[in-house]
Amino acid sequence: MFPYVIKRVLATIPVMTMVAVVVFAMLRLTPGDPAAILAGDDASGAQLEQIRRTMGLDQPILTQLFVWLKQLLQGDLGVSLISGTPVVSMIGSRVAPTISLALATIVLTIIVAVPMGVVAARRPGKLLDRTVMTFSVMGFSIPTFVIGYLLIYLLSLKLGWFPVQGYSPIEKGIGPFLHRLVLPTIALSGIYVALVARITRSSVIEVMGEDYIRTARAKGARESTVLLRHALRNAAVPIVTVIGIGVASLITGVVVTESVFNLPGLGRLVVEAVLARDYPVIQGLILLFSFTYVLINLTVDILYTVFDPRIRY
Amino acid sequence: MTDQKQDAGHVTAQPVLDVRNLDVSLVGVGQTKVVRDVSVTVNPGETVCVVGESGSGKSVTAFSIMGLLSSEALRCTSGSILLQGENVLEAGPERMRSLRATTMAMVFQEPMTALNPVETVGDQIDEVLRIHRKELGKRERRQRVMAMLESVHLPDPERIYNSYPHQLSGGQRQRVVICIALILEPKLLIADEPTTALDVTTQRQILLLIRELQEKHNTAVLFITHDFGVVADIADRVVVMNRGEVVEMGQRDQILAEPAEDYTRMLVSSVPSLVPDKRTENRNEIVLSVKELGKVYSEKRFLKRRRDVAAAVDINLTLRRGEILGVVGESGSGKSTLARCVVRLQDPTNGEVVICGENIAALRGQPLQTMRKRVQMVFQDPYRSLNPRLTVGDSITEGLTNFGVSREAALAKARELVTLVGLSPDVLQRFPHQFSGGQRQRLCIARALALEPDVLVADEAVSALDVSVQAQVLALLDDIREKTGIGVLFITHDLRVAAQICDTIMVMQDGRMVEFGPAADVLTTPQQAYTRALLDAAPGRHWDFQHFRPL
Repeated sequence: MFPYVIKRVLATIPVMTMVAVVVFAMLRLTPGDPAAILAGDDASGAQLEQIRRTMGLDQPILTQLFVWLKQLLQGDLGVSLISGTPVVSMIGSRVAPTISLALATIVLTIIVAVPMGVVAARRPGKLLDRTVMTFSVMGFSIPTFVIGYLLIYLLSLKLGWFPVQGYSPIEKGIGPFLHRLVLPTIALSGIYVALVARITRSSVIEVMGEDYIRTARAKGARESTVLLRHALRNAAVPIVTVIGIGVASLITGVVVTESVFNLPGLGRLVVEAVLARDYPVIQGLILLFSFTYVLINLTVDILYTVFDPRIRY
Repeated sequence: MTDQKQDAGHVTAQPVLDVRNLDVSLVGVGQTKVVRDVSVTVNPGETVCVVGESGSGKSVTAFSIMGLLSSEALRCTSGSILLQGENVLEAGPERMRSLRATTMAMVFQEPMTALNPVETVGDQIDEVLRIHRKELGKRERRQRVMAMLESVHLPDPERIYNSYPHQLSGGQRQRVVICIALILEPKLLIADEPTTALDVTTQRQILLLIRELQEKHNTAVLFITHDFGVVADIADRVVVMNRGEVVEMGQRDQILAEPAEDYTRMLVSSVPSLVPDKRTENRNEIVLSVKELGKVYSEKRFLKRRRDVAAAVDINLTLRRGEILGVVGESGSGKSTLARCVVRLQDPTNGEVVICGENIAALRGQPLQTMRKRVQMVFQDPYRSLNPRLTVGDSITEGLTNFGVSREAALAKARELVTLVGLSPDVLQRFPHQFSGGQRQRLCIARALALEPDVLVADEAVSALDVSVQAQVLALLDDIREKTGIGVLFITHDLRVAAQICDTIMVMQDGRMVEFGPAADVLTTPQQAYTRALLDAAPGRHWDFQHFRPL
């Protein structure tokens, strides 16, 4: 297993390098003068010259690439055009709400969806199965922002159980932190619960037809043991795959949810940066999201081998 | 003292298993009975063989006893199954669970899939103890599992304990399944074709192992099989089943020597003899010659040296027009590699494959494509070697149309071919799932013959078929050889099949040729120790099934 993990980790290096080069090229290859794009429409000639020099745009392109990669390795993502603060510290100050929301969503999804799928798979076609599948279709069909506004309307405005919007940092106490995270998490996890419950159900049903399930029953194992110990672990690979895809697309989902619930996270930062054409910030965010994708893929690949000892690519 | 003995005698008088008038029906409309009025008893220390072809209901009966029928599909509708006097059909789920593995246990047909692939085998054996012997501590359980692994003669139990199923061979896995079944010394062992998927030598070892453990613990064994060779070797009593009903039952020698029913007679006599007929020497022209053929599989490994496995080394053979050459050997002996190299589904690493004067070993592109019609193949599993979405007619004519024959001409040829293999021409419109296994294999043969090849390679072509069907397909192949003069390379692990059809036989072991000669010589006066060992392991070799008498 150890050589496999090393191999996987090493394989992420070329991917990350390519992402960095593409992000670098993004600004340089857009039509027109990058300095003009950066400076905005009504900049003077002197200002443009100034920007070219500070950004090193007057250097040969390969030198620029080299400098950019070197800065990246030092953790320097450049400076925001709007506020002048380093991109790294801008991202740093926005990371906590997003990570909290994403983690809470994953945890909620797994806790709710996997048992739902297993319960449905126990007796396919029976009442419990159909109920679970109905919920799952609803989860698929209702967009996140609709669930979000519905939850705000019912639980916050009508019943007053939760705050309407906003974020409370974890340093200010775990209670308010969690209290404000509940609604966005539920809203965001709807679709993932649906997705993971479905895939859990179908892959458990498939595994339940295998010979070793019969062997487990012949040992006198309880039906719960058969399901959880023998079936679920063998069904894990597709489930982990879908959870991985889910986590990756969560990042996109976060943009909407943070806007609905007014959370000061990365999703909001994306919106702000794009609206303001703050290129260095956009570049930094693309790099961060790509890195997250690569990391998720790596985790999923390693999890495969944890669940299934036969997998060694 | 005498009282105790009488007591013991009294207990053994009661059968461990007493199935009375069992009916099993399909759930749903019609409630078709798949098992009708079956009664079987098994006494302590006794081996009762249930014999029948596929669809005879023998496995359904076995699963009914264990309570392992899928309740949505099949249900026991009447009769009783008494296990030590207790009717298990009336036992609740909790009671059934506590009986399994403790009082009755089962060994399954497919050792490759019977074990959970993601748990170590040690854990899987240990699970039986965790379920039924909760009082045992971790260390005690481990000791029991180790002792059990040793008692089934697995080498290096420490390593096996921590292995995953995919790291073990088929025979080793079956030993593990036997550990799971017997670790709690159940009174009844149900073995459902436990050796069918194994090589003859492994089969022999597993049969001996079951016998050894049975004698040690006086276990009652209900042994499901389709193989009368196995029956002749291990049975005390025999129950013959057909289409869900018991045809005949009796002592082994009585069933084998004086079967009362025609069906039993037919089954027993269709077991092919191990002694081949004398055949006249074939002096036709050579259609296939293989010279110093070798195939090496290389595995690239990360940070380690490449690992080479030689699957075939220095193979030489010649096949003449109208000859059937048998290649026999156990799994991993390289016989399938040889077959695949001859038809160029795999590329030989070195050596020559000369078909009708042309060496195809290194051909590529168009010239290879042209040569493909000279050599065709029939595969092992007739259920998976026909495309389920194509009509039979499309499958048969595909090769012809690839070589530019018009569709009408190809269909005419296909009609001719299905007639040749004993089916009616109107089957061409149908799909593979509408045929039985034997019919499908006939269709596969028709497909292979469509291009009028000079060489036919049959890779375990009858292994998946029942004996009676097997005999028909073998007769068909023989007939086709007569009519078309095709040369056949016949790959098989079954010496009886080889004896029945082959003119010459090549024995392979570990990728090498061990012995090569006329079938009669190889099978009656083998020169090599390995060939003798193979022959010795063939089940039922002391019985002459055609003449219903011991040899």
